Amino acid sequence: MMRLTATALLLASAAPVWAETHTISPGEGAQERLQEALILAEPGDEIVLEAGRYTLTDGLSLDVDGVTVRGAGMDGTVLDFTAQEGSGEGLLVTSDNVTLRDFALENPKGDGIKSKGADNIVYYRIRVTWTGGPKPTNGAYGIYPVESTGVLVSHSEVSGASDAGIYVGQSSKITVRHSIASDNVAGIEIENSRDAVVSQNFVTRNTGGILVFDLPGLPVMGGGNVMIVNNLVVDNDTENFAPPGNIVAGVRRGTGIMVMANENVWIENNIVQRNVTAPFMVIAYTQPYEDERYNPYPREVSISHNITDIGGTNPDFEGGEMLMAAFGGALPPILWDGLSQDENTVALRTIGDVPGWSLNLERQGQSLSEARPGPLDVPAPISLTEADDWGAPAELEARIG
Amino acid sequence: MRRGIALLAAGALALSVSIATSNDASALPPPRINDEAILGIEQLDGEVREMPRTLAEYGFFLDAAARSPAPGLIPYELNTPLWSDGADKLRYIYLPEGEMLDTDGDLDNPGLLQFPVGSAIIKTFAFGERYVETRVLVHRADGWVALPYRWNQEQTEARLALAGARIPITTPSGEEISYRIPNKNQCKSCHSKDGEIVPIGPKVRNLSFRWLTRMALDGHIKNILVKDPIEGPLPVGGSRMPEWNDEDASTEVLARAYLDVNCAHCHQPGGGASNSGLDLRWEQSDRFAIGVNKPPVAAGRGAGGLLVSIEPGAPERSILVHRMDSNDPGVAMPELGRSTIDRKAVALMRKWISEMGE
Repeated sequence: MMRLTATALLLASAAPVWAETHTISPGEGAQERLQEALILAEPGDEIVLEAGRYTLTDGLSLDVDGVTVRGAGMDGTVLDFTAQEGSGEGLLVTSDNVTLRDFALENPKGDGIKSKGADNIVYYRIRVTWTGGPKPTNGAYGIYPVESTGVLVSHSEVSGASDAGIYVGQSSKITVRHSIASDNVAGIEIENSRDAVVSQNFVTRNTGGILVFDLPGLPVMGGGNVMIVNNLVVDNDTENFAPPGNIVAGVRRGTGIMVMANENVWIENNIVQRNVTAPFMVIAYTQPYEDERYNPYPREVSISHNITDIGGTNPDFEGGEMLMAAFGGALPPILWDGLSQDENTVALRTIGDVPGWSLNLERQGQSLSEARPGPLDVPAPISLTEADDWGAPAELEARIG
Repeated sequence: MRRGIALLAAGALALSVSIATSNDASALPPPRINDEAILGIEQLDGEVREMPRTLAEYGFFLDAAARSPAPGLIPYELNTPLWSDGADKLRYIYLPEGEMLDTDGDLDNPGLLQFPVGSAIIKTFAFGERYVETRVLVHRADGWVALPYRWNQEQTEARLALAGARIPITTPSGEEISYRIPNKNQCKSCHSKDGEIVPIGPKVRNLSFRWLTRMALDGHIKNILVKDPIEGPLPVGGSRMPEWNDEDASTEVLARAYLDVNCAHCHQPGGGASNSGLDLRWEQSDRFAIGVNKPPVAAGRGAGGLLVSIEPGAPERSILVHRMDSNDPGVAMPELGRSTIDRKAVALMRKWISEMGE
């Protein structure tokens, strides 16, 4: 495997002139053979995983730039972590310009695939499944890019995650599209991230469908510029099975699309049906924090042109029955807690085609018993002019052609 | 200037290396540590072995079983060591001829000894008499490289185990475990700072006064300020970590040293777990950053239903204790390097947190 002649060394940093293909087959010693290939690969190389089931006992990791890992399809090549004994994830990627495509992970003990500080990463036709269905003992995140610039998740599937199926954190230039997130606590979550496009996904049977959060106390702060368009967000009615303590453990069963403490979030042209607590929820972060950089309020969240239903028909909170009666049998589809940064900062905009309601809270941390629920009265959206450079860079799109 | 401070001029007091070398010289040529193997450059036979296939290729030891270090290998121990399933560890450093360690007070890595190119750090993991693996960190022109070597059953050879391995072991506490030799990338998972591989163990504050003094006297280390013998030598801005079994040290000092050594290589800015926002370095004084009343971020089920990393006075409600006290791969911390629970450390953390004020 050692191809580092003097000439090669001189050229090693340049374009991958001698890109090689390393083919791995399942069976005896797959753990070592696959891990060795991941270590010895050079930039531009492709690691091909032949069809079959790979029984793995430890997490895998990739730390070489520009490598493609390609399987024989997300039902053809299965990395089976049911017997995993160590590591916090099935596959860890820490290098840039990596393409992962056409394979599946089953039953990782922690996270499925985590990519950290891995810029320009593509997840294409990747499946991560906890095969026993929703369980608190399942791993936390299925597809988990964090601290990265340039993330494309496309045509992928995650189910069973005890936290979030597709979770992008502390990153920018993100596209999550054409993917299926089902039976997770959170289907798709964009957290402390900027310039993200979440489009054309099918998000169903999670506790909450699509979440956009900004949290305090993290290295990367200031989430915003998120577009959620053309998604099908239906039947997110799974009881919350997150281990308590995690932020998503507070997500109500039956939440469709939820925004917490973020700015410039566009929610348009989605079909949002049968999410029985709230098809749309916009709230401030209410827990105590000590972080001067943090803005706990939603700012400029626009909800328009979505197709939704009557709204909250079986809300997952106390007093829901009474509230439903007060609103005539169901809670209007858009729920806002009423909190905003100040009088001059608009928290939420809607065009009024879908009714909403507000808890009309007046300050952070106020008890819900002090809420004065009433109909939503907010301004209309203003046109979006800056979104051209949101989403994954075109180079990532080109890679999967 | 404080009384009693003296700057030891580098190299001026160089004495003989006080390491036991092999006994009396025989007719054989003196053994030589293979600098080319360490540097990963062309060797005598014209071949480049960027990753030497066996430990023996480096020439660090005189015998095949690696019981006798070659001249030039310098043993060291740490006040508070990293815990690895109770393994004994034999630690050595190697410096190329004429080169010195430096303590130049790198603010990003306070207290970490700076090693010249051509150095190596060698650590063998043993259970009883049995060597399991030897990890080698070599400092090359383009950075550090970490390589794991696995010992054979006969204890005659340690071969490169790029992909790591699992080996059945009985620990000193009697547990039967599947011991994990990390793969080359997993070496980097811990030995990483801003994406570059760095040593993590040999910090000045975690080395004994006697050792540092002798290294200075032998001309192997520069930029050490020698204070009085009780406090020992310090790099600028440094302080001292306790010995792990020091019964006189305070619980807090012992706990913070343990967290620095066992956790902070990931849990610091630029480390593998930087996205958690948890910073467990010795020098971190912000209580929130070390986890006090800090909610988890992406702990997933690792949080175990608990709300904060450390709840003062309540170890049973502290995620930090929960994760140290688990063996489940989705929960256990550290994620790498242990298959068993460090019960003494868990007890220490419980004591520290229960004594902690609001």
